[in-house]
Amino acid sequence: MSLELVKETWPGKIFTITIGATAAEGGTRARTVTLGGHGALPFLPGDAPSPHPPLVAMEVMDVVPPDWPEHLRAPLADVLASPADWARKCVEDCGADLVCLRLQAPHPEWKDASPDEAAATVRAVLQAVPVPLIILGCGHADKDNEVWPRVTEAARGERCLVGMAVPENYKTLVVACLADGHNVLAEAPIDVNIQKQLNILITEMGLSADRIVLHPGNASLGYGLEYEYSIMERIRLAGLQGDRMLSQPMLAVVGEEAWKAKEARLPEGAMPAWGAEALRGPAWEAATAAAFLQAGADMVVLVHPETAATVRRTITELTKGSAA
Amino acid sequence: MPLTALDIYKILPKTNCGECGFPTCLAFAMQLATKKAAIDACPYASDDAKATLAGAAAPPIRLVTIGPQDCSIGIGKETVLFRHEETFYHPPPIAVRVTTDRPPEDLREALARVRALEFERVGQALRVEIVALEDAAGEPERFAAAATSAAEAGFVLMLMSETPAVLDAAAARMRQDRPLLYAATEDNWQAVAQVAKTHKCPLAVRGRNLVALADLTARIAAQGVTDLVLDSGARDHAATLQGLTQIRRLALRKMFRPLGYPALAFVTARHPLDQVMQGTAYIGKYAALLVTGELEPWQALALVTARQNIYTDPQKPIQVEAGIHTVGTPDEASPVLVTTNFSLTYFTVEGDAEASRAPAWIVVVNTEGQSVMTAWAADKFNAETIAKAIQESGIADRVTHRRAVIPGGVAAISGKLEDLSGWQILVGPRESAGLPAFLRAQWKQAGVAA
Repeated sequence: MSLELVKETWPGKIFTITIGATAAEGGTRARTVTLGGHGALPFLPGDAPSPHPPLVAMEVMDVVPPDWPEHLRAPLADVLASPADWARKCVEDCGADLVCLRLQAPHPEWKDASPDEAAATVRAVLQAVPVPLIILGCGHADKDNEVWPRVTEAARGERCLVGMAVPENYKTLVVACLADGHNVLAEAPIDVNIQKQLNILITEMGLSADRIVLHPGNASLGYGLEYEYSIMERIRLAGLQGDRMLSQPMLAVVGEEAWKAKEARLPEGAMPAWGAEALRGPAWEAATAAAFLQAGADMVVLVHPETAATVRRTITELTKGSAA
Repeated sequence: MPLTALDIYKILPKTNCGECGFPTCLAFAMQLATKKAAIDACPYASDDAKATLAGAAAPPIRLVTIGPQDCSIGIGKETVLFRHEETFYHPPPIAVRVTTDRPPEDLREALARVRALEFERVGQALRVEIVALEDAAGEPERFAAAATSAAEAGFVLMLMSETPAVLDAAAARMRQDRPLLYAATEDNWQAVAQVAKTHKCPLAVRGRNLVALADLTARIAAQGVTDLVLDSGARDHAATLQGLTQIRRLALRKMFRPLGYPALAFVTARHPLDQVMQGTAYIGKYAALLVTGELEPWQALALVTARQNIYTDPQKPIQVEAGIHTVGTPDEASPVLVTTNFSLTYFTVEGDAEASRAPAWIVVVNTEGQSVMTAWAADKFNAETIAKAIQESGIADRVTHRRAVIPGGVAAISGKLEDLSGWQILVGPRESAGLPAFLRAQWKQAGVAA
């Protein structure tokens, strides 16, 4: 019997973005990462080769949420007090491709840390690790706008990915990134049209479309996963069909969201049927990551070292195969 | 491929009698090809022609049912490659492999462990449905006895053996149970297909690759066994996904009949967390049945949740139960928050209330799964419905105060709601992310004022 496989070809291509800059490029990174460049849906090399496999970023915070469950705290206990040590552990012990530094301390309801303190944290982390940085603000618009310019300046030339630019608050961040040579992470929760509109607004300020990475949602397994999964699929399909304002690589913040789930947190005593408490959190994070990788995520941000290890193994398995 | 007008013309009587209402058989064939006419209009069409046309009208992926009539599981009959295009219809059952070369007591314990993989999420019961009994010893008697006891324990079964006699011995004892037989291969397909035919069981077919698989299913279907489940033979993660994707594409885009059946996938990773990732990927990308090794409860919980998410109809949002929900362990002084029963709205509010690190009550109003502003616009989240929900929830018995927080977006209804409910209504933030700040400031102030 003869059988002709269905090969799907697309007119569009996902932008290729490099994060991090070496000394020769004006930064101090020992290595940089490149993502995107796809001409097909994920893990289907028979349609078109995907030059850049998805990356593992690990989250580092300048202040740890007090309600973090013990099972998340324990494997990181020795480094939680120091973002630089934490980042080093992520890279040296867990093999993170990037460090995602969340500057939560400046939030007025957390520590109300000053922009200078935030900039010092960024400098310390840059010094501690050779890999590129993702830098996230605290989500408080006014405070972020004070912090961002100082932070991007502190990392000038390092070609970081800085976010989140949101429809209500993107201008200060975009100006700062233009001035200091960074890429922008743009967030529009679960809405293709708003995401596209935001990208247009950002490019109208002079930042080119291939310097944007998309963050299309904040869901996790059991808590809206299907919305983000489908939005990511729709964005990727639109990009492959040639919509340049939706042709950017995508990032999923997995760990932070997954560990909010009851399933990751409740003690075994409360939920005996759910099984080992120590493994539920990593499983929740891993399953969330697995779904988003299938939907087109180019980077997943993880917290637990075990999850980073399983995601790394899985990406290796997914990208080693040849065409069907 | 769908039949062309010429394909159809060839099987018509070619008499141009006109009794169908069209002047010629070719004209009639053209109407049939575009489904504007039905073959019944031709009084002289042969049974073969009718069967061929009925075949062409059959769904691109066959619906196959496994298990006894009263609790059968349907798989397949999917219509799209992406859930947002329509929806995915038949959630893949999970089949846990249990070998039969063990003492009966051991087997009972293994079955009990599978039975315990049962959970409830968002009002739905989620469980591992199938036990895949694996014949390790090639012993028909032992295998049949194990199958009988598993069926009696209420499991839907998949029977795994390469030996036709072993499958036959088990299937013969359980004719009402319609176990899925695994598997017909290039080496045994004639005998195994006969077993499936005799006992009217669905049959899994494994090929070396997709070409060999299509070849096998065509031969087996020609023997009259058509309730088939596909196994591409791939066992690693990448190749399995590529195989599942090709099968789905060939069935939907090309109407390629030899692969127009539901396809199963084996979770083969060694590390328990990798198994969860593999299973989740297969659930998203086209497995109609997921075969795994024995699962720990936390693995099963993650997999059935992923399945619930992916197979949620995008047009019909999941709802949380109306009534009282809690954040932490609230007491009689804790805040009362009001929101809708759209799961995403609810979980956002719940998450943000949790972020405030103070316990709270949440009164959920039944808005038929609509979010705050949509429900408000549709008059499902208004002073009347909220007042009624507050009253029916019984929250008044749980708290000593009478203050409730409504979303900032519906501030306009606060006056009327105060009149109807008799509660003091505080207008909360428009976005629930503002809840922690709101609860620390405004809620406390209102308490002092009262």
